[in-house]
Amino acid sequence: MRPMALNLGLVAGLLALMAAGLLLGETQLTAAQFAEALSDPASGPHEVLFAIRLPRTVCAAVVGAALGLSGAVLQGLLRNPLADPGVLGVAGGAGLGAALAIALGLAAVPGGVELAALAAALLVGLLLTAVAARFREPETLILFGVALSAFCGALTSLVFNLAPSPVTLAEVFAWLLGSVQNRDWEDIGRALVPMAVGAGLCLYAARGLVMLTLGEETAALSGLPMQRLRTAAVAGASLLTGAAVAVAGIVGFVGLAAPHLVRAGAGSDPGRVLAPSALAGAALLVAADLAARLIPTDLELKLGVVTALFGGPLFALIAWRAARSWRG
Amino acid sequence: MTPALRLQDAVVRRGARTVLDGVGLAVAPGELVGVVGGNGAGKTTLLRAALGLARLHSGVAELGGDPVGSLSEMKRAARAAYLPQDRRVGWNLPAWRVASLGAYQRPPKAARDLAYAALGRVGLQGLETRGVLEMSGGERARALLARLLVAGAPLLVADEPAAGLDPDAQLLALELFREESARGAAVVLTLHDLGLAARACDRLVVLHEGRVVADAPPAQALSADVLARAFDLDGRLEASPYGPVLAAGRAAK
Repeated sequence: MRPMALNLGLVAGLLALMAAGLLLGETQLTAAQFAEALSDPASGPHEVLFAIRLPRTVCAAVVGAALGLSGAVLQGLLRNPLADPGVLGVAGGAGLGAALAIALGLAAVPGGVELAALAAALLVGLLLTAVAARFREPETLILFGVALSAFCGALTSLVFNLAPSPVTLAEVFAWLLGSVQNRDWEDIGRALVPMAVGAGLCLYAARGLVMLTLGEETAALSGLPMQRLRTAAVAGASLLTGAAVAVAGIVGFVGLAAPHLVRAGAGSDPGRVLAPSALAGAALLVAADLAARLIPTDLELKLGVVTALFGGPLFALIAWRAARSWRG
Repeated sequence: MTPALRLQDAVVRRGARTVLDGVGLAVAPGELVGVVGGNGAGKTTLLRAALGLARLHSGVAELGGDPVGSLSEMKRAARAAYLPQDRRVGWNLPAWRVASLGAYQRPPKAARDLAYAALGRVGLQGLETRGVLEMSGGERARALLARLLVAGAPLLVADEPAAGLDPDAQLLALELFREESARGAAVVLTLHDLGLAARACDRLVVLHEGRVVADAPPAQALSADVLARAFDLDGRLEASPYGPVLAAGRAAK
């Protein structure tokens, strides 16, 4: 498939899902109420559409795009189809930052939890970037990331263990399960700056990713500034993941599945998978958020739960089909 | 003439072990040099040290007259192209895309044309759009060899380029390296098949335990004494209508 056709198809699908995200929700709006929403900015339906559903849907799209792009970059960098934004410990770091902030009472400060999550993610990202600059082999980065992830997980468990009250515990737990409920434009704005920088770094690194397909030594002698490109890829993926987790909590599977979902159409070139993966990630998360809203449960399902519930079997199916095509 | 590659008193250590021990080597433009030796003799390390991929403990490594460490990535790539022994490819790219990465700095159409031409030279015409992970090991090795040819650098360095190829493809690969040296490129290959090495190369460098034990035209480099010392082989090179062949057996211990 031509890249332009694939990207246009994904944009159309994403826009359709975002439109559904605006039209559907717990509160069923009639045609008259939609008309009122568009004509009267002070009306209740206007509030539902433009202050609740629109920022929520945009937030899901932005977070999904960041996770999809981050997953695609990491899979290319590490030459590993199992890599995802959680593998290097950045998501775990952000989770730890948020858990600590909630436990210390920073949830009362607007943006406090998000900033703490982002700061912790950036700290982990900085460590990873230093490792990536020092060592060429992807295995080293993966092992270091797994160690960081486990350490952040252990510290988050310690926060649970020492939580001053069950309420704090519940708050931390709810945040970690991921959600874009009640996110406003300010939340999205705060996430967009690091995400834009991260996306820029990832696009800069794209030409190095395809060369890495042939191995570190071939890439090192290709003429490309591989150390700089590798560092940019790690820093970019860390920024994207950190900002995504900071605004929406930990949402699994999107970063892992989005690149696999588009490879059949975009081909295997890890540089050309980036844009379609971002679009597919956005569409996946908008769909998951829609499902979270529409599945009739007493308490709304958390986004991380929905992506895991649907993403797990979906990813198993993708992996099965991919394995069949590899086997020939 | 400035050598395309020069090593002088090169020492490479891995931990406490000395992998290259005072190695010297110079390869002039148009020369086809084979590096041979037993397993662990230091062949790959020699290539990597010359290209700046392995750190020298002491000594000199130069590409085109300049210390390899002083060259920018771009300049180093303009002076040397490398085909490593590791043939793993991370993703299922089509063969033409793999080959075109040798000329990534060129416009996409020109790189693609060069890739198709090189794939034709290595005998993969008709398989240009096939994914390299769907190919046999030998076909993938040819696609990677095509990438090296596309690079068209003044120095081509290939680590075990004949490994995994069928006999016909091995001879074809060596013919292609001969063509490259005829156009003026310096070519350095490591090879395990001593008969093939003797037939294809102008000069053979024999490594044993990290040291050069012979650096001469094949007939002298693979003398009975060197075969015994570096390879534990009892035998000699013999003439055949197709060039020298190795007649040898394991030396009695």
